Amino acid sequence: MDGIRRRWFRYLTGTMAVVVLAAAALILYELWAGSLPTWREWGLSFIWRTEWDPVRGEFGALPFIVGTMLTSGMALLIALPVSLGIAILLTEYAPRVLRDPLIFIVELLAAVPSVVFGLWGIFVLAPVVQQHVMPFVAGSPLGLLPIFGEPGPGYTLFTASLILAIMIIPIIASLSREVLMTVPREQKEGALALGATRWEAMRHVVLSYAKPGLFSAAVLGLGRALGETMATTMTIGNRLGLTFDYFESGNSMTAIIANELREAASEIHVSSLMAIGLVLFLLSFVLNTLGRLIVMRVHTGAA
Amino acid sequence: MTGADGRFGRVARFATIAIVLAGLAGCGGDGEGSTRGAMLTGAGATFAMPLITLWSSQYEAVEGRRVNYNSIGSGGGIRAHIDGTVDFAATEAPLTVEQFQRAEGTLTIPFTIGTVTLAYNIPGVDELRFSGEVLAEIFLGEITRWNHPQLQELNPDAQLPDQRIVVVHRSDGSGTTYVFTDYLTKVSEAWADRVGYSTSVAWPVGIGGNGNEGVGGAIRNNPHSLGYVELSYVNSLGLPTAAIRNRAGNFVQPTLEAGTAAAAASVDELPAGHESWHEVSFTDPEAADAYPISSFSYYLVYEELGRAGDRMTRQRAENIVRWLEWSVTEGQQYNNDVENAALPESVRQLNLETLDRIRFNGEQVRTW
Repeated sequence: MDGIRRRWFRYLTGTMAVVVLAAAALILYELWAGSLPTWREWGLSFIWRTEWDPVRGEFGALPFIVGTMLTSGMALLIALPVSLGIAILLTEYAPRVLRDPLIFIVELLAAVPSVVFGLWGIFVLAPVVQQHVMPFVAGSPLGLLPIFGEPGPGYTLFTASLILAIMIIPIIASLSREVLMTVPREQKEGALALGATRWEAMRHVVLSYAKPGLFSAAVLGLGRALGETMATTMTIGNRLGLTFDYFESGNSMTAIIANELREAASEIHVSSLMAIGLVLFLLSFVLNTLGRLIVMRVHTGAA
Repeated sequence: MTGADGRFGRVARFATIAIVLAGLAGCGGDGEGSTRGAMLTGAGATFAMPLITLWSSQYEAVEGRRVNYNSIGSGGGIRAHIDGTVDFAATEAPLTVEQFQRAEGTLTIPFTIGTVTLAYNIPGVDELRFSGEVLAEIFLGEITRWNHPQLQELNPDAQLPDQRIVVVHRSDGSGTTYVFTDYLTKVSEAWADRVGYSTSVAWPVGIGGNGNEGVGGAIRNNPHSLGYVELSYVNSLGLPTAAIRNRAGNFVQPTLEAGTAAAAASVDELPAGHESWHEVSFTDPEAADAYPISSFSYYLVYEELGRAGDRMTRQRAENIVRWLEWSVTEGQQYNNDVENAALPESVRQLNLETLDRIRFNGEQVRTW
């Protein structure tokens, strides 16, 4: 009796695992099948075409891919040092009394719904960015970089990047904290015993030991930024057309799908949105796999 | 699922499942000895949701039958209609030639009139007038400043500032965009050449806001901005609206009466309910008191309801027709509550003729 029950349970859990896999495979298949007309029409050149004109049936993914890359990249650039700081503070410096509440607060940030971030972006961040941040950056030496043009309205690639940065900080920070905790105590104490200062021990021993893990934390944070839809759509400006200028309204892969799928009437329009979905799916898939693989290597290495 | 239908239907499938589930849930709750599927289901335009929701509660009070409407967007409504998963669909844009061919036997029934306003935010200016050509040039990015000579000529009394015009448009695909760009296409050759009309277009300039609220919010947050917003939203947003010069040369404010007047002027050109309505548009009409940017929203329903198979019964077919009839006649009085314009009398008559065409397994349904 017990044996049957046990086997039954094993089948049950096995089925559930397969269901998840099958769902992922089905999504991939549906995206592929749904986007076939687009691939037939333009082939791979769809990826670097820059027009997007539903009236004339001209579609290309490049502006959206670039928009996603620029915002996610900038978000990571901003979020990484902040998250790392939080993680180091939590593992090395914070007294026990402060540590648990701090961890709690950081993780709470991850639980805020993205639409709330979006609303905050519209009503608070966008005006501040427009009136203060963009003029300041444009006036500083950074403003000489070609990626910062003349400050435009509040809804820009830059605003979206800031929102994304705030959204991925909790993820990167908590993953980094876990990675830092896997650093063997002996290593650090060894360094301190050899006369290294706390800073030197941190820099040369702890961080270099944890480097692959931190890298994968960053990759997973990036994956989250790539797929974020609501907050991005609400703050990015949703302008069609290719731009590399952070101070200009732009668009992202998620935003264009969220914006246009509902009312897309022609088949090629729907199929092009599906094609963008497919590209996004593959991109996130590759990035996440990469991140997980590195985490796995760290864990087996540490064991 | 075969060929093109399969591909096209795929997107609608989620929505369809949701609608079917909602429909089933509705049946469960409908206790009074009714047969399965007593609740009618419709899907489509978000713009129509406030009106249809109001209608369905009024209708339930009068007739005791419920109507469940899913506002999944006009595009989704059209797909659901083509797939045959709803009793009726609602859309702001009429079926295209291609869609009409795929949904053979579709009847098109206008049920309300939506009006698109030009809302603006210029500190110190509370009266503003446009002509269609100037609007097109602003949205093309050719007129970029408020104190442009052409704008000053139209508004001799206003103190127009020397400021950049912040153009705001919808970022999501929408029937509102369809109507507005349809108008610009009619009044400006340059617009017709470079942009055209659709539910989403490649805007030459401007920032995108999501939904009427998004556009309204962007206008409110950005001084010196201009955008287009559905009339039913503009009052709650507290934004002033511009008067537009119509074809007769009069400057007309967007009002419900001016919308109805525009529709009434177009009646002679309307096709019969079973014909294709793809060319129907009464933006930029001739009538002297008509506001130039408004349009019908349409019900889509099949002429032969028996095609739905087991789902359909004679009783259900009658319920559908009664609901459609009620909403295009009695129901019209509720238009004002949601700031839509009511159908002119002549269009109501046309609709009744269309409803007379509806059949169930070959027999006329509306025999009352």
